Amino acid sequence: MIESHLPAYIALTFVLFSVVIPAFGLWRKELSQPLAVLGSGIAAGFSIYGFINYLNEGSIRYFFGGWEPPVGIEFVYDGLSGFFVLVINVVAFFVMIHSHNLQKVEFPGKEMPYYALAMLMMLGFNGMILTGDLFNLYVFLEIASLSGYALIAIGEKQAPYAAFRYLIIGTAGGTLYLLGVGFMYTITGTLNIIDMAAMLPMLFESNATFAALILMIVGIGVKAALFPMHGWLPDSYTYAASTSTALIAPIGTKVAAYILFRIILWMFGIEITDAIAPLSYIVGVLACIGILYGSIMAIAQTEMKRMLAYSSISQIGYIIMGLSLANPWGFAGALLHVLNHAIMKACLFMISGQLRLKEGHSDISRFDDSYRIKYPWTMASFSIAAISMIGLPPLAGFFSKWYLALGTIDNSNWLFLGVILLSSLLNAVYFFRVLEKVYMMNPEKGQKEPAVAERNEASASMLWPTGILAVSLIVIGFANAIIVGILLNIFPM
Amino acid sequence: MLDFFLGHYAYWFTIILLCIGVYGILFKKNLIKKTIGLAILQISVVLYFVSIASKWDATVPVLDPNIPVDQVANYLNPLPHTLMLTAIVVGVATLGVAFTLLLAIYNRYETLDEEELIEKLQ
Repeated sequence: MIESHLPAYIALTFVLFSVVIPAFGLWRKELSQPLAVLGSGIAAGFSIYGFINYLNEGSIRYFFGGWEPPVGIEFVYDGLSGFFVLVINVVAFFVMIHSHNLQKVEFPGKEMPYYALAMLMMLGFNGMILTGDLFNLYVFLEIASLSGYALIAIGEKQAPYAAFRYLIIGTAGGTLYLLGVGFMYTITGTLNIIDMAAMLPMLFESNATFAALILMIVGIGVKAALFPMHGWLPDSYTYAASTSTALIAPIGTKVAAYILFRIILWMFGIEITDAIAPLSYIVGVLACIGILYGSIMAIAQTEMKRMLAYSSISQIGYIIMGLSLANPWGFAGALLHVLNHAIMKACLFMISGQLRLKEGHSDISRFDDSYRIKYPWTMASFSIAAISMIGLPPLAGFFSKWYLALGTIDNSNWLFLGVILLSSLLNAVYFFRVLEKVYMMNPEKGQKEPAVAERNEASASMLWPTGILAVSLIVIGFANAIIVGILLNIFPM
Repeated sequence: MLDFFLGHYAYWFTIILLCIGVYGILFKKNLIKKTIGLAILQISVVLYFVSIASKWDATVPVLDPNIPVDQVANYLNPLPHTLMLTAIVVGVATLGVAFTLLLAIYNRYETLDEEELIEKLQ
């Protein structure tokens, strides 16, 4: 009984909690955070149950009000959407737990609207993933974006300006996507993705399809921070409150990447995408430039959150590169990287929040080896996530890069392979720089003795989420064969 | 050639509006003007949707006993209009968020000029 309504329950949970949190928050504002944890926890439970159900029973198409598409609107819970919903809701659950102590420092007095907005944003992201209707997707995109702008604006002094720049470019991107949807609607007369996919082979080499595809890729590319459209990202991530960054960085760009997957591989199919111009290759090259640009810029940063933000631009490049390869290995590598990167980035941004709470800054040039004594568990989690980010076996990050590399070899695409290898080296530069400062004595200052410091570890509500995410990276690394086996079954061709 | 231009005149106005909107976003220095450019960009897409739904000699999509329901050419397509109602609401909400952010920016920096703002940020 519950299975057939599952897609709607996931979205409804967030709708319910975005109303419940203001209702209870007005009465007792310290209830907001536990309620947000409860809401994202329920949603995460539904998504885990739903994904297991998908593995046993197959995909679910949920018709709202019993109206069948193309007349009605549907939620599609298939392998791809199930996987993404699972990743984002579980990560959001951990981020919500982690924010318990940060809320009093980073946005005091604003807890109630903050968590209500966070729930609304999660509703938008889940809706974008689950919906099977192009216009409905636009509405959910704007729900997620508008609450995202507000979340980013709650932060440091510069945050509203960063959020405003994101708003201008993000809304322009959303509008271009809507124009693309308009083109598709005029030539096919439907908005349902499955229905449209059935009609598109008749429109092979149509100029309108091509224009619509470019508009959609550009519009969604803004949200995904694909290389030339990434300008909003570093400032937004740096100045937002740590919890917002930990929530938006692992989730927001992934959801945009999901839409690119859905549009290019499911709706248009790779043949129609490449019918007039080799669009998938162009997107892949942009992703490659983004990978190198993000890594090089990350090396130049001294502020940890800013470094991680540039690293996000680079990592989203891997996912979109895997998409542009359009073969099973590249696809599996990209989806595995979605999972890995969501966990790694959430863990790293949460640790930067922990350091900001304890030290008041997260400036890498001021790190020293006393951190090792003050925060042993925080730094252990950081090391695992950082090493996984670089891609050393047996941690999870290695395997997604490995499958991506297999995909490039499958397509004989040596340029992309070179970029993957070079970028891993660059990743090593900017993460080992931090590890060196934390775990070694500083020879430049003539340090002879290890630093002496009191143990000053962050509280359990922060240590457990980061710790669990870090351990899960090792688990995913060892279980990669099982996960990739599931992911290869999702591949549409 | 002339027929092509005149026959699609509604789309040309849409394109002109779209260009004005993009120009406003890219080149105007004042943040309020940027927001206005954004609104014009959104409106151009709304007008595009409205114009694709229109038909010559067609009536509103309410069942008229004199016009058989299977002659779809006699009725306008209601769906794009309905979609645009939602899109207009989204646009209004976006403007609301944009002006709220502008208020926050003005209260902190006392300017809305982009160049002055960037100087003050450093």
